[in-house]
Amino acid sequence: MKVQISVNGEDTSADVEPRLLLAHYLREQVGLKATNIGCDTTSCGACTVLLDGEAVKSCTLLAVQAEGQSVTTMEGLEGASEGQPTHPVTAAFRAEHGLQCGFCTPGMVMSAVSLISHDDDLDERKVREGLEGNLCRCTGYHNIVRAVLVAAGKDPDAEQKAEAESDALRTAPGFSRGESAEEARA
Amino acid sequence: MIPLAFDYARPDTLDGALALLAEKGEDATVLAGGHSLIPVMKVRLGAPEFVIDIGRLSELDYIRVDGDEVAIGAGTKHRDLVTSEVLGAEVPLVPAVARTVGDPQVRARGTLGGSIAHGDPASDLPAAILALDGKVVLRSPRGERTVGIADFYTGVFSSVKEPDELVTEIRLPRKAGVGWAYEKFTRRSNDWAIVAVAVCDGKVGLVNMGSTSLRATATEQALADGKSIAEAAALADEGTEPPADNAGTPAYRRALVKVLTRRALETASGV
Repeated sequence: MKVQISVNGEDTSADVEPRLLLAHYLREQVGLKATNIGCDTTSCGACTVLLDGEAVKSCTLLAVQAEGQSVTTMEGLEGASEGQPTHPVTAAFRAEHGLQCGFCTPGMVMSAVSLISHDDDLDERKVREGLEGNLCRCTGYHNIVRAVLVAAGKDPDAEQKAEAESDALRTAPGFSRGESAEEARA
Repeated sequence: MIPLAFDYARPDTLDGALALLAEKGEDATVLAGGHSLIPVMKVRLGAPEFVIDIGRLSELDYIRVDGDEVAIGAGTKHRDLVTSEVLGAEVPLVPAVARTVGDPQVRARGTLGGSIAHGDPASDLPAAILALDGKVVLRSPRGERTVGIADFYTGVFSSVKEPDELVTEIRLPRKAGVGWAYEKFTRRSNDWAIVAVAVCDGKVGLVNMGSTSLRATATEQALADGKSIAEAAALADEGTEPPADNAGTPAYRRALVKVLTRRALETASGV
């Protein structure tokens, strides 16, 4: 049957079988290969794209379900082609080295774009929860989380700094209540 | 992985969907969010000849207070259960449980009605609805009927729902200010529960402890008899037949369910 789907702002259409998955539509019909199929079991999130602005796993959607809707893939972000300004999430992944082999990266980036658009006050815990649908088989999560925080305009070291400050206070002379109490008694 | 071939229709109205379902009968399967159905079709455990897509029927997407109950349209997505102010105020167990379903992408697509109709004993929400004594509304061109969820499931992936019936609504008693908790045990954050326990108002629903979602009736009886939480939780595996799989043996699940039930009961009672 015929489907029409807007992909990265351009109208696409094809005559497809209803069983065609959206991930295959994007890769094979439209020819956009950033959307990766990792696990094919709705677990890994490498196939994550935005459907009407919402992060979804395109291996678990039929292309016909997206009929008339709008899909954004990694190729649709600014800076995917030369001469464009780089999308803040892509730039942050680059700056913070939020990638290792890179296979999971397009899905991670699309989840991050969705996460940042839904929450303007992200912290590390929220980022980790928000990325629970995206697996990095290199287990490189640390720099990915930093990259998302940077892209969200947050200081990725804020929590470490706070911890270091409280450590510094704890070891400062006269801070310990126990010691002060003993000193007071003395 | 690619599903076997099927025919597909996306009716514009609920009545249209019901008429088509009645016409196609057992050859047809209903697709809502598709996050239970499509994975099953991809590994070809399911191979419907006809798929009826109700995923865009706004008629089935609502959460509203209706007298002493809250009515939730079957098409309501997990993400909307999580963020619903009505549910947060009236039945806070439901947002807490929905928050643990899958991951953000799954919650953006999966629906409450789909989860209930699919009937996977490892699903989170059916056990929670069981602990809430909820009801399932079924509709077909023959009419509408309401079934208590305790009478709904007949086995793994099977229920009293007839082939021409559609789950259209879930009805829950309002439970503001009542003690509740959900304890879910997984090895990975977006995984199915190995075992989980939903508690609300002294009722206990179990996830993945048998061929359907279950109530821990011996635990509930012990609580009603004034036994301690520790004593009641020790009975949580009575009458269960936990599955054996890569995540754990039946004996492991029996041990786990007692611990999770104790934790859930303690949280629910504010201990």
